[in-house]
Amino acid sequence: MAGENPASTTEYIQHHLQNLVYGYHPEQGWGFAKGADTAETAQIAAEMGFMAIHVDSLAWSVGLGLIFCWLFRVAAARATTGVPSGFLNFVELIVEFIDSSVKDSFHGTNKMVAPLALTIFVWVFLMNLMDLIPVDLIPYLLAKAGVGYQKIVPSTDPNVTMGMALGVFVLMLYYSIKIKGTGFVKELTMHPFNHWAFIPVNLFMETVGLLAKPFSLGLRLFGNMYAGEMIFILIAMMFAAGAGAGFAAGGLHAQLFGEHTNLIFWLLVFALVCGICWLNLKGRLSTGKTVLICAVIMTLSGGAFALAGGLMQWGWAVFHILVITLQAFIFMVLTIVYLSMAHEDH
Amino acid sequence: MELVIIAAAIMLGLGALGAAVGMGLLGGKLIEGTARQPELGPMLQGKMFLLAGLIDAVPIIGVGIAMYLIFVVAPGVGA
Repeated sequence: MAGENPASTTEYIQHHLQNLVYGYHPEQGWGFAKGADTAETAQIAAEMGFMAIHVDSLAWSVGLGLIFCWLFRVAAARATTGVPSGFLNFVELIVEFIDSSVKDSFHGTNKMVAPLALTIFVWVFLMNLMDLIPVDLIPYLLAKAGVGYQKIVPSTDPNVTMGMALGVFVLMLYYSIKIKGTGFVKELTMHPFNHWAFIPVNLFMETVGLLAKPFSLGLRLFGNMYAGEMIFILIAMMFAAGAGAGFAAGGLHAQLFGEHTNLIFWLLVFALVCGICWLNLKGRLSTGKTVLICAVIMTLSGGAFALAGGLMQWGWAVFHILVITLQAFIFMVLTIVYLSMAHEDH
Repeated sequence: MELVIIAAAIMLGLGALGAAVGMGLLGGKLIEGTARQPELGPMLQGKMFLLAGLIDAVPIIGVGIAMYLIFVVAPGVGA
């Protein structure tokens, strides 16, 4: 994680972009993909072929889905007809929001669309939310436990996003055929030119339009999250640049620990900054003083690089909060719109 | 000179161009619509964010691919 020469910064970036892959390798048999460095691991993972599993994406996405189900189940069990408060209020807010979104866009009759929309919105939002956790935190802890590679944001894995888009596509086809029957085939072959001679042209254009929907749905989410994560990783390298440097560039941390990274130190600094912000929330410290004290703490602990890195990470994280919510919302709205188009019976 | 970097630059540049022009037109129409009917302001703004995400889709996919090219492919090829 330390070091400034190009080889190790590239290695840092590639290490954070590598999933934990489990599969069957022609030479190494069943096991996790592990090489001398990340490039070799990537090659081993590629040689494992299509059926190799990204264990980290699978674990985090399923785990977050279970958390969503459990939380909303608890809220549903506690629901009363009186005025809700706190957590119940928040859940009802989300359910009402989904209800109004579905009512706006969906013009058919189907009991499954609103629960599907709720699942997609909250699940995608939770998966995207993992992007706000500091880049190195969980991979560093897991590396101590022996797990070499970890990506904690499932939506940065194109398999996850395309899998969800494929699920929506299957539902689209199912409902199109169920509700429209042969009308679906007629729609594909006779739009926009309503003449039997134009059927190949119509089929080609309509197929492209039909396939563009799941592809764009999945890749839009992937692209947004991958770019966001990449920028977090790039800014995180700022902290590594301060390691092993003098006091002005590296602060107390470089003086005490040199090239290595000490997690306890940074957790203490984090707790300190959180404490200052909590004081501000309680009204005991003005906002101007809070910002100043936090900047001083960051400069003292990590030097100029930590201050710059911290500010940039904070700025990008605040912007990313918008992107996270927006992408979950867009995925949900487009799912509803596509299903509505599948239910249309002119 | 390594052509992978040039490819990434073209992807980023043209994507940004398209997204910027599209967003500018969209934002202009939002302001115009809000000026005509201020009570529709919040609803129009919500729809604008939705469309902004849709316009951004292909350029951001391009950004993701370009970042992959610059940081994973280019060092591998030996730029």
